[in-house]
Amino acid sequence: MSNPIENLNKLFDSRVRLGIMSALMVNDEVNFNDLKELLDITDGNLASHIKALEENSILKVEKGFIGRKTNTTYKITKAGEKAFKEHIEALEKMIKGTK
Amino acid sequence: MIEQQQSYQDLQHIKRMMERSSRFISLSGLSGISAGICALVGAFIAYPYVVGTKNYIIDNAAAMEQARAGSYMIIINTWLFWIAAATFMAALLSAFIFTYIKSSREGIPVWGSAARRLLVSVSIPLMVGGIFLFKMMQFGTFGLVAPGCLLFYGLALINASKYTLSEIKYLGFAEILLGIISINFVGYGIYFWAAGFGLLHIIYGIYMWLRYERATPVQQARL
Repeated sequence: MSNPIENLNKLFDSRVRLGIMSALMVNDEVNFNDLKELLDITDGNLASHIKALEENSILKVEKGFIGRKTNTTYKITKAGEKAFKEHIEALEKMIKGTK
Repeated sequence: MIEQQQSYQDLQHIKRMMERSSRFISLSGLSGISAGICALVGAFIAYPYVVGTKNYIIDNAAAMEQARAGSYMIIINTWLFWIAAATFMAALLSAFIFTYIKSSREGIPVWGSAARRLLVSVSIPLMVGGIFLFKMMQFGTFGLVAPGCLLFYGLALINASKYTLSEIKYLGFAEILLGIISINFVGYGIYFWAAGFGLLHIIYGIYMWLRYERATPVQQARL
């Protein structure tokens, strides 16, 4: 029997990252401000979490413009989707383990 | 045991974030109730014009001319058009007020990408229906206006249900069902209209309010 904790992805062990991933899973793309509003955190804090996820190819960044304002949007990658689904499954297994 | 609890809370958090980022969840049950009351008041005011105890044409002389010319202006030259327009505006405004109150209480901005998507998805069937019904009225087919309103509104709600609390799709199905039934009772449109836009809204609103907004002891304990 494998220990279900081993299947939990270390990349997703913060609330902010779970929030980012959740939003990316159900939306084709999400921009920085929407994420900031959703998670209610500072720019710097959000940016650092996004950077970590980007470096692990969990999400991809697309920079664009709306008028003159920069509009940065984020999309989940195939690998990111797979990793997050596995993480959710692992969480579910942990709960079932006791019941 | 702590790990299990942590996992459970994480899953709850994921679910909440998924919903919040994709659905406009601040739609208040009170909005449904107030829109329903507006519809009933509108139907009550319109009733004497519909059954013919009051003349629904505003300017008779102009109406003769418009009828001869087949002009769409004849629609605007009726009290019913303005009662309908005022009812719609009143219902929309009152619905917005209660939803605005709910969203500011929850600390969720009323205007975001979820609200935008909701508005777009509800507007498309409504606008198509509006254009279609306007044309039908121009040809004098007034008997199908009430069923048409119910059918297109029902479609709009089902279309929008992906972007708000999903129970609204049952209201959509109910409106469509009522619309289909009313096709067979042309001449009784005002009653079906009042039932669909008045009663069904109020029933839906009360249900949603009881389900999500009335603070039960359990919810209060959680807060």
